[in-house]
Amino acid sequence: MLSPIVFSVLLIFVAIFFTYHAKKIRRNILIGKDIDLSDNKGERFKTMLKVAFGQSKMVVRPVPGIMHFFIYAAFVITQIELLEIVIDGISGGHRRIWRAIDGTALSGLYTFTINFIEIISVLAFVATITFLSRRNIIRLARFQKPEMKGWPTKDANLILCAEIFLITCIMMMNSADLELQARGETHKTAQFIISSNFQGIFSGMSTSAVHLFERIGWWGHIMGIFGFLVYLPISKHLHILLAFPNTYYSNLKLKGEFTTLEAVTDVVAPNFDPAYQPKTDPNNPVRFGAKDVHDLNWKNLLDAYTCTECGRCTSACPQNITGKKLSPRKIMMDTRDRLTEVGKNMDANGGTFVDDGKSLLGDYITTEEIWACNTCNACVQECPVNIDPLAIIVEMRRFLVMEQSQSPAELTNMFSNIENNGAPWQFSQSDRANWTNEN
Amino acid sequence: MSDKAIKVRTFAEMTAAGETPEILFWVGCSGSFDDRAKKITKAIVRILDHVGIKFAILGSEEGCSGDPAKRAGNEFLYQMQAMQNITTMNMYNVKKIVTGCPHCFNTLKNEYPALGGSYEVVHHTQLVQELINVGKLKVQGGEFKGKKIVFHDPCYLGRANSVYEAPREIIQKLDVELAEMKRSKANGLCCGAGGAQMFKESEKGTKEVSTERAEEALALEPDVIAVGCPFCNTMMTDGVKHFNKEDKTKVLDVAELIAKANDL
Repeated sequence: MLSPIVFSVLLIFVAIFFTYHAKKIRRNILIGKDIDLSDNKGERFKTMLKVAFGQSKMVVRPVPGIMHFFIYAAFVITQIELLEIVIDGISGGHRRIWRAIDGTALSGLYTFTINFIEIISVLAFVATITFLSRRNIIRLARFQKPEMKGWPTKDANLILCAEIFLITCIMMMNSADLELQARGETHKTAQFIISSNFQGIFSGMSTSAVHLFERIGWWGHIMGIFGFLVYLPISKHLHILLAFPNTYYSNLKLKGEFTTLEAVTDVVAPNFDPAYQPKTDPNNPVRFGAKDVHDLNWKNLLDAYTCTECGRCTSACPQNITGKKLSPRKIMMDTRDRLTEVGKNMDANGGTFVDDGKSLLGDYITTEEIWACNTCNACVQECPVNIDPLAIIVEMRRFLVMEQSQSPAELTNMFSNIENNGAPWQFSQSDRANWTNEN
Repeated sequence: MSDKAIKVRTFAEMTAAGETPEILFWVGCSGSFDDRAKKITKAIVRILDHVGIKFAILGSEEGCSGDPAKRAGNEFLYQMQAMQNITTMNMYNVKKIVTGCPHCFNTLKNEYPALGGSYEVVHHTQLVQELINVGKLKVQGGEFKGKKIVFHDPCYLGRANSVYEAPREIIQKLDVELAEMKRSKANGLCCGAGGAQMFKESEKGTKEVSTERAEEALALEPDVIAVGCPFCNTMMTDGVKHFNKEDKTKVLDVAELIAKANDL
């Protein structure tokens, strides 16, 4: 038999290819600075269960939330059928699991599972068509923003079309198989609730033609999955895997609490407490804030790979809503694009990054975007997988102000007012209680 | 709100007199210097006076909390301000703080502990809610009875600190119709001031954020847009003026609603 060998070779190739890329992504994420997120394991696990597994933030917008849930459920549950496909593929058999359990107490479970997969697949099919029309016919505003032009839109459509292809193939496989069973060609299963409706399509065909369609369905489905695994690492679709670690490593603090830079404390604190002991190594000075991906932490970079460009953040951003250039989604997309570029640079230079004269801030993200932010946390609140675009924006402001002394003139004035009078405006600190004597 | 004179003492004055204030009223820059915000500050003082809480301000010993510096990326300046304020507050052995501004509230409550300043910090709407709950403050609707009031969530009270109910519960005590914008609570839209935007011109766009937000609030045709932040107050007032609706819709802080309705 040739097909088990072909199948096994392809399976091994896909596994190696995927592992290779997964390792690259992991290496790229770890370019980021270290941050200790090993605390609160219980709460982290709960957050992951609720937000990633339970999709709690997706359903805030009910239509896409429920539609997405269909695709998500179909994806998760179809893995059971995929297991049988892989067993059959390696062994050159047909419905091996069914044949092993037919007649036992487990046979009902098999029939239930396949039928459940079929129903959820139909729902996923409807959801996919809905998503395609939201992007291409209804043309929802958040999918038409400048950062979506070109590849990001194609990427999204390609993935949706792949889902339609996968569902079509598995339906074709099951309905052709039911026809073959009726002709006594394959091992008999129970009827399948959806595919039995399409069985009639094959009734006038020769048995060998039905066999061919069954095989096209089977191979089409598994090839679709192999192709998807090869494509996944270069697509925007990594959230199907990374949503889980990304929500696990969520910021568990209140959104209003911004990070405290210890390196700054080490400089400021001795003015107030001569006995203060520095916490950072003075011989290894760090850059304040972030100019490039190296200056961000690994969670910021994991955020970038997790982003699936849904644009909920951007549609909630007060500055984007009012026509400003800032788009939190673009911040994430730029971070990922630059990180990919840095990764390729490292590959080409034996694993070390060679300065390419470019940086995330400047070549990808402009200061105009950075200074527009209200730090209102709407983007953070919106993200269904707990990505934090604001953290990156704040790090870039820190770089601009503390390393470059660059800020809009009015903000520079505000800083000097605070420094000199203890207020952002030009009022004397000694007049601070004057209001108590005014009527 | 009555015109009776208020008497406010500083921590320095009370300490010199051998008294210990129960609570520090952190006024903030806006509350100290902005003419509109000073009215909010006084409303808070009248509430505190009315219930007889022994409070004090820092007066000239209070400095900017550092919030605008920190949001704008100037961590050095923020930490300088924070440590100066912490030194002062620790010297006075401050335990509890009430603020009239969600930005000061957030910074003092969440960011000062890392620099050695740990206090119990509440926003004025939380304190008022607590006073009502324990029966120290009795609230009537007064001139607002039956009026339509919409509450605009300050980002640094709402999303940043998950305080959504305190201001709403107080407003409802006034026997009013509390209307909600579509974008409210966790999905509230910023007024446009946060992130140090208050202190600069906005970037090129099609609209001011304050206009967008005021438009949403005004669509409900409220008598009052209630706020809990002096900066939101400025922005919403600007937005209401933009639509020439200042005669129909007032922008008032929750503290002002309480003080006015109860003639404090």
